[in-house]
Amino acid sequence: MSDAEFNFAYLDEQTKRMIRRSILKAVAIPGYQVPFASREMPLPYGWGTGGLQVTCALVGPDDVLKVIDQGADDTTNAVNIRRFIARTTGVQTTTHTTKATLIQTRHRIPETPLKAGQIMVFQVPQPEPMFRLEPRETERRRMHAMADYGLMQVRLYEDIARHGHVATTYDYPVMVEDRYLMSPSPIPKFDVPKLDQSPALMLFGAGREKRIHALPPYTRVEPLDFDDYPFERQRWESACALCGSRESFLDEMIMDDAGTRQFVCSDTDWCGAR
Amino acid sequence: MYVAVKGGERAIDAADQWVRSRRRGNRTLAELSVAQIQEQLHLSVARVMAEGALYDPQLAALAIKQAAGDLVEAAFLLRAYRTTLPRLTDSLPVDTGRMRIERRISATFKEVPGGQILGPTTDYGQRLLDFSLLGEEESPDANPEAPQDAQPGARSSVKRSTVATSAPLRVTELMGRDGLLESEQAAPGDPQPADLTREPLRFPAARPLRLQALARGDEGYLLGLGYSTQRGYAHTHPFVGELRVGQVEVSVIAPELGFPVVLGEIELTECQMINQFAGSDEAPPMFTRGYGLVFGQGERKSIAMALVDRALRAVELGEPETAPAQDQEFVLSHCDNLEASGFVQHLKLPHHVDFQSELELLRRLRADHGTRES
Repeated sequence: MSDAEFNFAYLDEQTKRMIRRSILKAVAIPGYQVPFASREMPLPYGWGTGGLQVTCALVGPDDVLKVIDQGADDTTNAVNIRRFIARTTGVQTTTHTTKATLIQTRHRIPETPLKAGQIMVFQVPQPEPMFRLEPRETERRRMHAMADYGLMQVRLYEDIARHGHVATTYDYPVMVEDRYLMSPSPIPKFDVPKLDQSPALMLFGAGREKRIHALPPYTRVEPLDFDDYPFERQRWESACALCGSRESFLDEMIMDDAGTRQFVCSDTDWCGAR
Repeated sequence: MYVAVKGGERAIDAADQWVRSRRRGNRTLAELSVAQIQEQLHLSVARVMAEGALYDPQLAALAIKQAAGDLVEAAFLLRAYRTTLPRLTDSLPVDTGRMRIERRISATFKEVPGGQILGPTTDYGQRLLDFSLLGEEESPDANPEAPQDAQPGARSSVKRSTVATSAPLRVTELMGRDGLLESEQAAPGDPQPADLTREPLRFPAARPLRLQALARGDEGYLLGLGYSTQRGYAHTHPFVGELRVGQVEVSVIAPELGFPVVLGEIELTECQMINQFAGSDEAPPMFTRGYGLVFGQGERKSIAMALVDRALRAVELGEPETAPAQDQEFVLSHCDNLEASGFVQHLKLPHHVDFQSELELLRRLRADHGTRES
């Protein structure tokens, strides 16, 4: 790809405007899934085309970009997306959460607290929290319109009855400002509390499903739970083998054929800074 | 540490180099040219243009070369390029009734006005491996020109002398005159159809939008679904009223001129399927239609598309909705092979954060299980 043959940030300006309009609507109605005319991107569907379109629509020459996948800046998909945006825009990139103005992510929210003015862009495989319960979009639209979320409460109840726990560990359903049930994308349960009252703007792009949803700064986001079974974060018995952190999400690694395990921070920037 | 996933830039570059070298193959052999693919693998080119939703034989051939013959990947490359092109204007609707015919057959009548024109087809030959093609030399029977009486196509018709100076009338039009076949009428007011490439697909989707999705849907998927309607999963009793392949003109009205200007010709395959009749209190029984239209010579796809289009009209025609091929959310949400291929293969991407969360829960459940038993 020779960069001169493509527009700044790949998409043409009309497409960017269309995506920005959808983003504005999503910000105006927190948690509501706004349909948008998702375009094909040079990455396959499932690789983050929704997040990438949101990023391409927003990125400007002065932005500083960070891209993570599974918390890490150096996973192959993160490297690939960061290179793509850098190549088509020439913007500065960083691995430091504090220096980034725009952070595209797959499956994690950084451990370092976000600041006002930062934008998080999530890659979303399935924006609809109820798709396993009701496969028909026509029916689900009605349920969202009526705020009829009993089905999801029943599912959580059945988990507790069967397992003694809610058996959802990632992509945990949340209520936004007591109105819309929303998928936070497949971030671990551990990250869900970071969404509530976040000073940063959170944007969620689903390319294949052609939806954008958003959380404006300082939005109330509550995980669905019960009074007697309150929402719980994941906990680890171990600390990070590299930095000793006990407050971050830890990845488990098998070190040898004997099955020796080691735990390290999923967030490489957080781990490296300590 | 953890090199399997955290490969980094150097590993990605090396992987890319390896792909290029694999694609080139044995360097003692001549490199395949894009022009060769365009000319000699034209049916692959047609499929990639159809699923890539862009009529450009040269770029489709380039995509096939780059994808080392993986046609779904080639369609993806073409679509990813297409997305960067500005939409300048809409063409006028193409008129397949005025097609420059290469092939045109009807299965519903032994003889039709204009004749049965076989054109380039393998339908009536035997699928025996032609070992003469193994040789490196030009095969002896590859005439530089098409057969003489194949202008516009070899006719089986007894009326061999009646060379069509204008395109033959569509069989469906002939039948429509007798009222035996439902007429195709635009919705009241002839509204501008929604555009799948500019707006997201929403349900329920009207027929124009459904046809757009099917036209660029995966051939294999539509083939399987169409086939299922022939095996009891939604009976539609289909007949190929007419299948035609040929060139049609594409015109636009230039705003500064105010009259249509022909931009060029594209090759299309159109299938008009005639299906079992429906009647109601208001209307007498008549045959109904299914429609298929694809870029290039894509007969299998256009027939399958027509079967699925007809099956998807179940609600409109008051038929019971029982089979997968009749369920528009099922059919249309999964027919795009870019979406399907991407999401199926994204399972290759690292998922260790989610998996870690599941591990943690599973251990907790197993621990609980242990205490319950003791």
